[in-house]
Amino acid sequence: MIEALQFDFMRNALTAGLLASVICGIMGTLVVVNRIVFLSGGIAHAAYGGIGLAFYFNWPYLPGTIGFSLFAAMVMAAISHTVKHRADTIIGVIWALGMAFGILLMDLTPGYNVDLMSYLFGSILTVPRLDLFFMAVIGVMMLILVVYYYQDLLAMSYDEEFAQIRGVPVKKLYFGLIGMLAVTIVLVIQVVGLILVIALLTIPPFIVEKYVNSLVQMMVASSILGAAFTVTGLWFSYRYNLTSGASIIMVSGIVFLISLVVDRICVVARK
Amino acid sequence: MPIIEIKDLDFAYNGEAVLQNVNLTVQQKDFMAIIGPNGGGKTTLLKLVLGLLTPVKGTVRVDGKPPREASPSIGYVPQDVHTNRSFPITAIDVVMMGKLDPKKRLSRQSAANRRDALDALERMEMADHAGRKIGMLSGGQRQRVFIARALVARPKLLLLDEPTASIDTRGQADFYRLLRELNKDITVVVVSHDLFAVSHHIKSVTCVNKKLHYHAQNEITGELLEHMYSCTVEEVCPVELVVRSKP
Repeated sequence: MIEALQFDFMRNALTAGLLASVICGIMGTLVVVNRIVFLSGGIAHAAYGGIGLAFYFNWPYLPGTIGFSLFAAMVMAAISHTVKHRADTIIGVIWALGMAFGILLMDLTPGYNVDLMSYLFGSILTVPRLDLFFMAVIGVMMLILVVYYYQDLLAMSYDEEFAQIRGVPVKKLYFGLIGMLAVTIVLVIQVVGLILVIALLTIPPFIVEKYVNSLVQMMVASSILGAAFTVTGLWFSYRYNLTSGASIIMVSGIVFLISLVVDRICVVARK
Repeated sequence: MPIIEIKDLDFAYNGEAVLQNVNLTVQQKDFMAIIGPNGGGKTTLLKLVLGLLTPVKGTVRVDGKPPREASPSIGYVPQDVHTNRSFPITAIDVVMMGKLDPKKRLSRQSAANRRDALDALERMEMADHAGRKIGMLSGGQRQRVFIARALVARPKLLLLDEPTASIDTRGQADFYRLLRELNKDITVVVVSHDLFAVSHHIKSVTCVNKKLHYHAQNEITGELLEHMYSCTVEEVCPVELVVRSKP
């Protein structure tokens, strides 16, 4: 791994992976405790519609994609907030429609286009410097917002009704959370791909949830675990010449399974 | 001044009437049970008092104010089943939530708040468990933590929704003794589907099944209990409104 770091692209890949781990560790904690994993998947997939739009109309990539994802995310948030029992179905519909819309627009756009695979698995080895800078800026902004609204987010996530009674603007906060999620997902997807974003959003927070005593601890531990997965996965990908995104996800998945087995053993041992 | 005053209230959900022409006055220091069949509107009534729902018609006043303004003087203990047990939070942090004030966002984690939270846990005999994760506590212990969370803001009114659902029978008796102790200083309103569990402790009963039926303490006889119990089973709650004051 050390000798791998002499390559510029490896250093960039490592930085991108670590930034994504921290961003996903913090947002993923909120996603997991609020049980909006499916909604996050919907945002991530529907974002492809935004990419199609940006290409077709020749808009600048980031504003076009973020705008479209924010719109799709707000529609899904509104639905999941008002008709809770139908939320999963309607998110599924928007999920599929957004993706199909993006693919059709790509078909209609003349010339060479990004292919679906690079969107799904990203291209962490070819991350441009500027994207790293964007990720860092968004990461810092997200951190400031989460710190400022921490108590409100905690109360809303744990007990929405009680938070509302105590005067927390639950509805605004919920939409704000989804909006922030949409922006971070789009930015991180561009760097590491959709599949890795979903893995980093869900696997580390799920593993650490049982061992931590607060949301802050969960955010920190998820970020560290995500970073460890990223470094290990990148090493495997370098050593054995494997796809980097998929390697990181496999490492996460294996640790996830081990943690399930360990939990099971602990439960049996206690009896 | 009565602590809760509801006048000519109607509430409908998706066009279907849930509560009709409800009038209710709860005096200070009352210990009231709200009973009735499932779907009869008990929890809806509670949410109207909390200001989580807005009536279609009529008014709700808590401590003389609209519910949203009165919320600092209301302590609320939700149904246990609604909370996420694997949530990473300790008992004391749950209690600190009761101190939440979005207007003082940056000064919230003060040491004074933590001391108040610990005092509230102490009152519930839960101080030893302050640092434990909420999911590791038993149903009865968790309820005590939720009550501590409600009490930490020093409310005048304590509202509990099916508080004994996850507590065994012996624990329930202890639990109601605890509520009676609290009732020396504050008004307590308990929503329950099981009148027998609460009957020894309460001062008045309100039966809710779309409409309201109020009974003061001197009316709580065996006959009445049977009558009430049948109302929860067969959904034939009396519909005329009877309000009598305490002896």
